[in-house]
Amino acid sequence: MTNYLEVRNLSKRFGDFSALGDVSLDVVEGEFVCFLGPSGCGKTTLLRAIAGLDPQTSGTIRQKGRDVSALPPAQRDFGIVFQSYALFPNLTVAANVGYGLVNRRQNRGAIAKRVTELLALVGLPDAGPKYPAQLSGGQQQRVALARALATSPGLLLLDEPLSALDARVRLRLRHEIKALQRTLGVTTIMVTHDQEEALTMADRIVVMNHGAIEQVGMPQEIYRRPATAFVADFVGSMNFLAGTLMAPDKVRVAGVDFACPVQDGLAPGQKVSLCIRPEDVRVRDLPADISNRVPVEVAELDFVGAFCRAILRARASADVAVTADFSSNLIRDLGVDIGTKLDIALPPDRLRVFA
Amino acid sequence: MIDRTIFRRATLAGAAALAMFGLASPAFAQKTKLTVYTALENDQLDPFKKAFEADNPTIEIAWVRDSTGVVAAKLMAEKDNPRADIIWGLAASNVGLMASMGMLEPYTPAGATALNPMFLSGKSPQTWVGMDAYLSLVCFNTAEGKKGNKPVPTSWADLIKPEYKNSIVMPNPASSGTGYLTIAAWLQIMGEEAGWKYMDALHQNIAQYIHSGSAPCVQAAKGERLIGIGLDTRGASEKTKGAPLELVIPKEGLGWELEVTAIVKGTKNLDAAKKLADWAATKKANELYAKTYPIVAYPGVANTPPNYPPNLEKVMVKNDVEWMAKNRDRILAEWTKRYDGKSAPKAK
Amino acid sequence: MSLAVPGLKVGLSRDDLMMRAGVVVLAGVLLVMVGLPLWALLAKGFEDRDGKFIGLANYVSYFSTPALFQSALNSLQVASVTTVIVVPLAFVYAYALTRTVLPMRWLFQGISLIPIFAPSLLPGIALIYLFGTQGFFKALLGDGSIYGIDGIVIAQVFYCFPHATLILTTALATADARLYEAADVLGASRRRVFFTVTLPGAKYGLISAALVVFTLVMTDFGIAKVIGGNFNVLATDVYKKVIGQQDFSMGAVVGMVLLAPAALAFLVDRLVQRKQVALLTARAVPLVPRPKFARDLFFTLFCLLVSAAILAILGMAIWGSLIKYWPYNLGLTLDNYDFAKFDSNGWDSYWNSVRMALGAAVFGTVLMFTGAWLNEKTRGFGMMRGVVQLLAFLPMAVPGLVLGLGYIFFFNAPNNPLNFLYATMGILVLNTVAHFYTVGHLTATTALKQIDPEFEAVSASLKVPIWKTFVRVTAPICLPAILDIAIYLFVNAMTTVSSVIFLYAPDTKLASVAAVNIEEAGTTAAAAALCVVIVLTSAAVKAAHLIADRFLFARLQVWRRR
Repeated sequence: MTNYLEVRNLSKRFGDFSALGDVSLDVVEGEFVCFLGPSGCGKTTLLRAIAGLDPQTSGTIRQKGRDVSALPPAQRDFGIVFQSYALFPNLTVAANVGYGLVNRRQNRGAIAKRVTELLALVGLPDAGPKYPAQLSGGQQQRVALARALATSPGLLLLDEPLSALDARVRLRLRHEIKALQRTLGVTTIMVTHDQEEALTMADRIVVMNHGAIEQVGMPQEIYRRPATAFVADFVGSMNFLAGTLMAPDKVRVAGVDFACPVQDGLAPGQKVSLCIRPEDVRVRDLPADISNRVPVEVAELDFVGAFCRAILRARASADVAVTADFSSNLIRDLGVDIGTKLDIALPPDRLRVFA
Repeated sequence: MIDRTIFRRATLAGAAALAMFGLASPAFAQKTKLTVYTALENDQLDPFKKAFEADNPTIEIAWVRDSTGVVAAKLMAEKDNPRADIIWGLAASNVGLMASMGMLEPYTPAGATALNPMFLSGKSPQTWVGMDAYLSLVCFNTAEGKKGNKPVPTSWADLIKPEYKNSIVMPNPASSGTGYLTIAAWLQIMGEEAGWKYMDALHQNIAQYIHSGSAPCVQAAKGERLIGIGLDTRGASEKTKGAPLELVIPKEGLGWELEVTAIVKGTKNLDAAKKLADWAATKKANELYAKTYPIVAYPGVANTPPNYPPNLEKVMVKNDVEWMAKNRDRILAEWTKRYDGKSAPKAK
Repeated sequence: MSLAVPGLKVGLSRDDLMMRAGVVVLAGVLLVMVGLPLWALLAKGFEDRDGKFIGLANYVSYFSTPALFQSALNSLQVASVTTVIVVPLAFVYAYALTRTVLPMRWLFQGISLIPIFAPSLLPGIALIYLFGTQGFFKALLGDGSIYGIDGIVIAQVFYCFPHATLILTTALATADARLYEAADVLGASRRRVFFTVTLPGAKYGLISAALVVFTLVMTDFGIAKVIGGNFNVLATDVYKKVIGQQDFSMGAVVGMVLLAPAALAFLVDRLVQRKQVALLTARAVPLVPRPKFARDLFFTLFCLLVSAAILAILGMAIWGSLIKYWPYNLGLTLDNYDFAKFDSNGWDSYWNSVRMALGAAVFGTVLMFTGAWLNEKTRGFGMMRGVVQLLAFLPMAVPGLVLGLGYIFFFNAPNNPLNFLYATMGILVLNTVAHFYTVGHLTATTALKQIDPEFEAVSASLKVPIWKTFVRVTAPICLPAILDIAIYLFVNAMTTVSSVIFLYAPDTKLASVAAVNIEEAGTTAAAAALCVVIVLTSAAVKAAHLIADRFLFARLQVWRRR
């Protein structure tokens, strides 16, 4: 697999403010990469630099081996879809989709054929003669996608394409875009602030914060082994328990020691956060000798549909609280309710420690 | 056939488009087009043009007419690249200034010797030649006077009587040539000290200093004001139209100003301009002037226009045009300091 | 990254080069139309009457006269009083138009525009007929007089009202209904909603309207000259120096002084506008007012009152144009419409005006819209775009008199290759477009800011040249704004006087100038008649626009329908 896109030491400053600081990144051909992060983290800045819309202050970008760092957008090879769709409201859907084709001196027949093909591809075979305002948001975004794909670009850039849509439409379109991308094999970069979107769609996720990359990895990797406290917190839910590292594999929280994976980078005595995801908290069938056992009392119980989110307060120390996800079965089986006293365990292999 | 129609239509459309923006010029202009700058009254333009062109069929007059100030400002602004061929009907004080700036082509018209010497620039050859004189007099609205039981004034001195409080309008000398000649006349008749003292007193009765020499008599004619000090011709023409107006000649005498003809230096149509200058000094031309102005340059032509008081020539003050030009800035500065700077709305 | 890396030089695409070339050309055109002519006159401020350079001596002598101070104070006073009256009046009117259910809304909207169609002579004449010494309603003024500040303010209010109403209608029309629903749900009182939602939403419009009105009053001399009496303002000072004394040096000095407050006003405008942009969101839900009897009744009455005042002034002018000899013979006649009797050009000057207005509308609209687009969409090139922006803003602050004289000095210079334009219809068109450049430019810029900023990015990614997107997408979308600009130019070209009075040639005399000449000759009724013809022409053009908008463009713009 070759690198389709190589970003090296990219920086972007606006006056004193650094929007991107020394960012380097590789994207493999055919890959679906998501830039994920809170607003203002630099993900859109990075995307626009790749497109050439807002050029970087320094650093290089190579696309398919070609240095495009200093090229204007028109001389780069990409298609782009914006959150606002940016459809031309005075042109029909067909004219929108064929907009980039007309300029390539193809004959009318060929263009019409390609437009029909693309509209079928995005599931709007009959929308051709309509105007954008007559379509729903989801349909408009599909047209925008078709337009971006019409010229068969080597790189597809999606700037928060789903953010403006209703939840249901968003879900459906997630899968459609992903499927389309897989069929066409087009290298794709999508910017999003929605971690669920990134986790379901991306081959690899680039988590960004404060203009820098926090972690690059496959979705499971990001979720299971977040590299930093920021990633741990931003992607999925996470309990943070304040403690002190006693030994490389021991963290003390509120006077109780917890076994954890061996920590190399941290010195004993350091203040740390002991982290665990709510769904990793064990309640059922705890063996007698299980480590990291904590007696707790259910303080709150929120019904979230498929499961319940419980806030559990340690009986030994009311300051320590852990959030855990309990399945409906479990709640029924164990008769969990507010005030119920339970024992839970925090499996050491699921624990993460951050400075 | 069809092609031709289309072609003709296209040509027509093209010509229309060109004509629309004034780009097309008539290709068949054999006549010399003489650009004449003037501040003459609008209704004088046609008769003047027709009469001149009848005698000079190879010349066509193109008027550029506006009020004295605008025409003078335009001439001065165009100084480096004059557009006018000749001036026919502009105040001598303005034209005198242009003469001193070397903007005029000296030329003594053929009939100049026959004219009243008062109407000549006095240079040899002449820089400008007078046509007629106009006066600054008092227009009194008799209808309003009767209503308010106000007597008709007979002298400048009458105007400072308290019964005329807030009922007089006069031109602002800073914006109107008529205004300036009016106050210059007072300063010359009464002497400077007494003149300013008079104006101090008059100021109490002035309702408004207007930015125009013709407006005061018009305002008086329409009953907006009881008394207007201003241009004679306008007063007379308003009276002709039916205004209850009496033109009063104050017994101390009147300020006056000449309207003159002068050739602009650098004209490309010097010969035609000279022909107009010659014609403008003829008796025939003066007879035309006399239809609107009571006093003209050609001696003996006295066809007093309607509604004018008789024997105006006798009441014209001894006017030192040179003194007027030399002291203009000083007098206006003094006038502005005294009356203009603090001219809050009076009627409050 | 310890060392600061110099900024990357990004290559320019064909589009970039074309756009930049366009901006350079635009800057050049504006320099010729605005910058150089202005400088040609303002430079005289540093010369004596013989053209010798004397530095700041003229300024020193001007600033040492007490009259200046008084005029400046008067100018500020009139401008402030007018602004304080017009803006609330226009706000309530605009509020009625946009936020209440008004019977015959379109009619009230149309009436509010009438003053724009009228040469400034018209309110002058009408007010004298209404409130002058012989006026019908003189008693209303008590001891006051129409000649002076009262008259100036009344006439200025009439003249500025439509400008403020237009701006505020736009500001109030773009409200987001969701905000009101939120306030409703929260149980906010009507007063609280007004002060927390309505007013802040229209804040930019209010500031904008106030600045426009203020600047209009500062630079207008027509009204002050006709009805101002002894009340000196800076604009009449320019008139006195230039027309009364042909003293261009001092005229230039006052012109320069006049630029200061107006320039300041526009600086404020720029600052406020920079903050505003973020407030516009594409996802706002338009507010559709629901009927409420008491409120609608109140606003209908208010609009009736204001409309009646406007119509009274127009009606007085129309009646005045039919009167034989005011005030002593009130018999009616149509003779005053036979303009050949009063002006040797007769009706020709009217047709000249129509041609000039059409020329200005076509040329000006193309220039302003294309120019605004170039300046808005060019990437980088900040310096040059700043120059364009400045030149586009300048005309608003310049009295027409100053611009007109500048045109003589600049275009009539013997070594100017453009001097073939002098004394043609062309220079009148150019001058008029320059004089009214600012508002057209602003309208175009606002329209361009409201459309999706990513169109150009999309077309670049599709390798479609940017000009093609301009022709196929941007311009068609902005068609309503483009027509607005064209109409604005047309109606202003019909009424403009102060600048073109220096520039017309024998065969290009304009109706607005002819009206002033006729009025100066004392035939007020004929002047009123010509003003009425001008108003009716502009009103007809505007009506044609509305009708076309309703029937023709609605068909052309199906895509706007949901």
